Amino acid sequence: MIFRIVAIVAGFGLALVASAEAQTPRKGGTIRMTAPYGSSFTSLDIHTTQRAQDEIYAKALHRSLYIWNSTEGKPVLELAKEDVVSGGGLVHTFKLRDDAYFHNGRKMTADDIIWTYNRIMDGTKAYPGARYVRVIEGAAAVEKGQAKEISGLKKIDDFTLEMKLTEKVDPGFYFWNAITSIYPADEAAKESFLQKPIGLGPFKFVEHVPGSRIVLERWDRFYKPGKPYADKIIVSVMGEAAARDVAFRNKEIDTSVLGPAQYVAYQNDADLKGTVVEVAEVFTRYMGMNPAFKPFADKRVRQAINYAIDTDLIINKLVKGKAYRATSWLPLTSPAYDKAMKPYAFDPAKAKQLLADAGYPSGFEFEWTTSQNESWGLPIVSAVIPMLDKVGIKVKVKQVETAVLAEVVRSGDYQAFIYSQASGPDPQAALKCFHSATPQPACNYMNFKNADFDKMVDEAGQADDPAKRAQLLQKANALLYEEAPVWFFNYNKAVMAVQPWLKGIQLNATELTHQNVEDLWVDETSPAK
Amino acid sequence: MLPFLFRRLLQTIPTVLAVVLLVFVLFSVVPGSIVSSMSDDSDPQVELRMKKQLGLDDPVYVRFGAYIAKLVTGDFGTSFRTREPVATMIAKRMWPTLQLIFAAMALAVVIGVPLGFIAALKPGGIVDTLAMVVAVSGLSIAKFWLGLVLMYFFALKLGWLPSFGYGDGGLKYLILPAVTLGVSPMALFARTTRAAVLEIMTADFVRTARSKGMSETRVVKWHVMRNALVIILTTVGLQFGALMGQAVVVEKLYSWPGIGSLLVDSVLQRDIPAVQGSILVVVLAFLAINLLIDLLYGVIDPRIRYA
Repeated sequence: MIFRIVAIVAGFGLALVASAEAQTPRKGGTIRMTAPYGSSFTSLDIHTTQRAQDEIYAKALHRSLYIWNSTEGKPVLELAKEDVVSGGGLVHTFKLRDDAYFHNGRKMTADDIIWTYNRIMDGTKAYPGARYVRVIEGAAAVEKGQAKEISGLKKIDDFTLEMKLTEKVDPGFYFWNAITSIYPADEAAKESFLQKPIGLGPFKFVEHVPGSRIVLERWDRFYKPGKPYADKIIVSVMGEAAARDVAFRNKEIDTSVLGPAQYVAYQNDADLKGTVVEVAEVFTRYMGMNPAFKPFADKRVRQAINYAIDTDLIINKLVKGKAYRATSWLPLTSPAYDKAMKPYAFDPAKAKQLLADAGYPSGFEFEWTTSQNESWGLPIVSAVIPMLDKVGIKVKVKQVETAVLAEVVRSGDYQAFIYSQASGPDPQAALKCFHSATPQPACNYMNFKNADFDKMVDEAGQADDPAKRAQLLQKANALLYEEAPVWFFNYNKAVMAVQPWLKGIQLNATELTHQNVEDLWVDETSPAK
Repeated sequence: MLPFLFRRLLQTIPTVLAVVLLVFVLFSVVPGSIVSSMSDDSDPQVELRMKKQLGLDDPVYVRFGAYIAKLVTGDFGTSFRTREPVATMIAKRMWPTLQLIFAAMALAVVIGVPLGFIAALKPGGIVDTLAMVVAVSGLSIAKFWLGLVLMYFFALKLGWLPSFGYGDGGLKYLILPAVTLGVSPMALFARTTRAAVLEIMTADFVRTARSKGMSETRVVKWHVMRNALVIILTTVGLQFGALMGQAVVVEKLYSWPGIGSLLVDSVLQRDIPAVQGSILVVVLAFLAINLLIDLLYGVIDPRIRYA
């Protein structure tokens, strides 16, 4: 009997050890990621590009003041150990890490951060990160060429930086993106930096084969002890979904973003089903309506459009369930998302009634500008047209390239357009896009103006209590639902296939392909040694 | 020969100028610009400053003049996107594209031309029928689809070759993209060769050679083959240009780091200097290949003079 008990206990202990070993990150190996959003990387100067494609490699090569923490669903300090807030919430004093080394072996100091932010505010270069750095006092003056240095940045000592903001916001939401990555002041000014970038990230640059891949290897002086785990990362450019599918099945790559058709195929394949990971990303897909076009100036018409479209049917049949039904603007993962809110029902009769009330009993015709995007472009528009036709609304399609669509949207030169827009992670910043003070080219694409909405967003900005702020933003989001400046289509469900030997994948709601790669590791079954 | 060469080189100047002008004007009128693609929300004032810095606020003719002035000094300009010299970007991409095109062309010539010859020697026979079925299929198959099928069998099912990538630039990475790109010209060469040989076989000088008692092998080798080569060579020259265009699809499918994918991305992001540079290089390569073909005519058929 005693022997049996000892055997059971020993067996249980061994199982625990084996389980612990299975979960212990393994050092070494190669991680083979894919960059699925085009046929090349834009640039090795990450300040110049805001494409999701480029941020995939940048997450390995660079670091910003903050980093996105997928578990907590918010940005957390990365290059600083502490942030002391004063001055009524406007002054942030950062105690910087004194153990962060650039890949050339030099220690990062406050000078590098100041130099980087000044660089981003060079107005003649239109760096996309300027939209974030602009929140620092004096940054806008540098952008306009009225000052040489950002007055709101002050070096206290090598590892202490004071930052004065223009408004009371969480700087984490402004300084976590790769487009605000910290560069080494001395090296980044050289021409050679474009060919061989130097960063603070867990992996250092080895090689870029344009149009094919970027190779990075472990930076041994990375400041997080024991990390990164892998020896090497290869990010392959693979814009073609079908080619990625073959490569993934052939075990040549470790990650692959899946489109709607592949999502269904992988779900139905017993061997591949377990590889699928998915997350509700902070992107809202919608049809924007121009209030300058007479019918869309009337709220009832905009609501009618929301009632006339069988959105669930489109999501289930056309998008193959690879999206979450949108209720209002803020997505599911937003801290201000209201779970109790219900989306517009599919109710053509109500849509007709609303149109009649608005003075359009026979409907009207509008021009809908769209790209060819499979998830929020022409296929969706084509599915919606007969639904709108049933309530008397005729649609004239205007098809343009994605790059042109972006310009059309910003210029306001449309009657309606279909688009995908970031609606997070910061709910306040997302809703501020609908604030009347936000210019149309900035992100108020529907030129939305509503005094009640402005008041709620302004009050939320001033609120110190996070719960009160969330409540105000929820109310503002509900007002948007009521005003319906857009057809609320869906929130993107990002889906990625991940090989079973790749561990540590984070469900990043801001963009699933953007991984904090120092936390990833491959076990011994990986074919890439 | 030298005056001929000189004259041909002079003739390329208006061709190049016409292409450069066409691309320039085209990109001046199409909607979308690099400035709007760079930033989501830049201030209109910042946009204006950026346009000024990139020279986009000047009239088209001023920009065109400045571009030509730079071009004659060998300066292709600086990419709006990457801020690298366009010449450097193209140089990085040129070799993989040439590798791909020459490999595809070699495959097409080595298989397509003999296939056409064999088919023509016994017209209507089983070899001819099979060769033409292969040729028609090769011309009809979409490259994208063919590439996926090849990937599926040779990478996924057989595990012989990698399904994508450039690797170290070695042969095993080149085979599938080259076959995908080479099948269509191979089919074309087979058909062209067959047609050329069949036509020459009925020519008077071939009949004369036979009537003089020359063996069939000598007739084919000295009369038919040499005369057919001029036609085949012309087709090969034209196909080089076509392959540079078709390589775009293959490069994208296989993540091959060639000039085609550079061109596509540059067009989509309105990176005008990179678009112009890429197209110019493709045009120059096409003209160079065709000049070489013209010179080879004289070697194959001494009756052709460089007059």
